Amino acid sequence: MRDINMAQSVFAIAEQQEGVFRKVTYEAVSEGRRIADGLGCELNALILGNNVENISKELEQFGADRIIVAENPALHEYLPDAYVNVIADVVNKETPDVVILGASTQGKDIAARLSARLDAPLAMDCVAIRFEENDLIATRFMYGGKILADIVLDGKPKIFTIRPNAMTIAKAAGTGSIEKFDADTGTTVMKFIEKHLETGKVELTEADTVVSGGRGMGGPDFTVIEELAQLLGGAVGASRSAVDEGWRSASDQVGQTGKVVSPNLYIACGISGAIQHLAGMSSSKVVVAINKDPEAPIFSKADYGIQGDLFEVIPLISEEIKKLKGRK
Amino acid sequence: MEIAVLLKQVPATESLIGIAENGISIKTDDIKWVINPYDEFAVEEALRIKEAHGGTVTILSVGSEKTVEAIRTALAMGADKGVLINISGSGGYDGITTAKILSAIFKETPFDVIIAGQRAVDDDNFLVGPATAEFLGIPHISMVIKEEITDGKMKCHRTVEGGTVVLETPLPVLITTQRGINEPRYASLPGIMKAKKKPLDIKTISDIGLDSETLGKPLAKIVKMQTPPVRKGGIMIDGESAQEKAAKLVKILHEEAKVL
Repeated sequence: MRDINMAQSVFAIAEQQEGVFRKVTYEAVSEGRRIADGLGCELNALILGNNVENISKELEQFGADRIIVAENPALHEYLPDAYVNVIADVVNKETPDVVILGASTQGKDIAARLSARLDAPLAMDCVAIRFEENDLIATRFMYGGKILADIVLDGKPKIFTIRPNAMTIAKAAGTGSIEKFDADTGTTVMKFIEKHLETGKVELTEADTVVSGGRGMGGPDFTVIEELAQLLGGAVGASRSAVDEGWRSASDQVGQTGKVVSPNLYIACGISGAIQHLAGMSSSKVVVAINKDPEAPIFSKADYGIQGDLFEVIPLISEEIKKLKGRK
Repeated sequence: MEIAVLLKQVPATESLIGIAENGISIKTDDIKWVINPYDEFAVEEALRIKEAHGGTVTILSVGSEKTVEAIRTALAMGADKGVLINISGSGGYDGITTAKILSAIFKETPFDVIIAGQRAVDDDNFLVGPATAEFLGIPHISMVIKEEITDGKMKCHRTVEGGTVVLETPLPVLITTQRGINEPRYASLPGIMKAKKKPLDIKTISDIGLDSETLGKPLAKIVKMQTPPVRKGGIMIDGESAQEKAAKLVKILHEEAKVL
C-alpha cells in the first residue's frame, strides 16, 4: 500500500441467508471500517440476494458509508458462478483497494475465484490484519494451527477473508447511503436444487462456546454435553475418534482435518489432546479440559483442568451455571 | 470419463512443525510426508466414478522429486497414471501460481471431472481447487460429501454452515472433497506392485509452456512465521469432591476468565 494517500475504498462483502446476516458479516464490516480509517478512505458494503434491501441499512451502524445492494432472483441462493460474476463486476467498476469477506464456506469459495479472476492477491482465513509502516500485514494460521504466518499482499485489490469469531464487532458511524447495483449474473450454468439446514442449531465455527466430546464419552450418548452446550448457547463438537466411532457426524469434528473453531470458551470433555485436535481449537480464548486421566496431554494445553469422571462433573457444572444464571 | 485428481504431498498431521532459520518456511528434516488427507478422499472418489462410469484417473501434482512417492501411493490405490510438475529449486509458489500451473497441464490433458481436496492441511488456503476451476473457465462445487453423475451433469451435496446444499452443474466440473464423502481404500500389495509400472510423467514448468517470468512474482508473500503463543495452562482445579471442583470452575470462569 505504497500509495496510501490515494486509497479509494474498502469493500466488505456481506453474507446473508434468508434475509439474516451471518455474524461474520458484522465482523467483516467492523474490520473493514478499521482498515478504511487507517487508509483514510470510505468503507462500502456489498449485499447480494433477492429482496435484501430491507436489511441493508443494518450495516450502517458498523460504519458502512455506501451500501450497495445487488438484487436478482438468481441470487436468492448462493451459486458460485452467479455470485462471483456480480462481485467481479462491482469490484471492476469500483476498483477498491481492499476487499474483505468472512471466511465462511461461501466467503472462502468466492475469495478464491475472485483472486484468480482479478489476478488479485488473497490472504485466506486471517485472524488479524494490521498496519505496519505502509503495508497491511495479515496474520493467519498454517499447518493446522501449528504456525502463525504474517502475509503481505502485492496487488490490487487486496482480498482478505477473516476467520469467524477472530475479530471484534464494533459499532461505528457510517454514511449509510443505499445504492442499487444492476446485478447481471452473466453466463451461468449452475443450478440450486435444495438445501437442508438445521434451524436453531448454533454453527460450530461461529459459536461463542463449544463443548466437545472425545473417546472418553464411551459411546454415542452426548446428552450431558448437549445440555451444557445448550445452557451456554453454544455448539457441540467432537474429536476425530468420536467421529470415527460413528458417535457424531463428520460436520461436528474439530481439528486439523475437521473444523477450526475460535470460541470464547472451549470445553474439552474426555479428549486426550492429540496434536491434530489441538490444531483445531488452539485459537480459543479460554480452554477447559475435563478428563479422567491426570496425564492427558490436553491438560497442559488448557487454561483450567478438572480431573474426574465427565459424566459426574459435567452435570454438576451445568447445575452451577444454572445457579449462576438464576442469580443474575 | 476422464477424471483428474489434484494431489498435494504434505507433512503428516501428527508432525511437529518447526520454523527454519530463514524464518519464513518450515524445517523439513524429520518430517513424514503423506498425501494430503482431503486428497485421499479425492483419489477414492475418482476411483469410484471410474468404477461406475468407466474412464481413466490421472493424478496431477506440483511438487518435488519426493512427491513421486505420494503419486505412486495414489497409483497403488488404483489410479491409472500420474503427472508431476517438478518445481524443485523454484523456492515454491503461492496458491494462485500453483493453480496457474495446474490449469496449464489441462491444455494437453482432456478432462470431464477434476477432484481436489477441500484444502491442503499445510497452507490451509482453500484456494487451489476453486482457482484452478476459474482459470479453466469451468464451474466448481466445494465441500462435497456426495456426488452423482447423470446425463452429463453432476449433482453434488455440499456441506455449509448448519447443513447441506444440493447444487447441479453440467460437466466438465471441478469439485473439492470434504470428510464424509467416502472411506479411502488402502493400497493393496498387488496394487503397489502394479503402481511401479504405471506411467508417471515428470515435467518442468517449461515443458507445459510456462516460465518463471509468465508466472510472475508471488501475489501473497510470507514475511514471518512464528509458533502460536503457548497457553500457560495447567491450572488444575482441586477439590474434595466433584461438586466442589465444578463449583470452583464455574466461579473462576465467571469472575476471573469472565467467559460466563
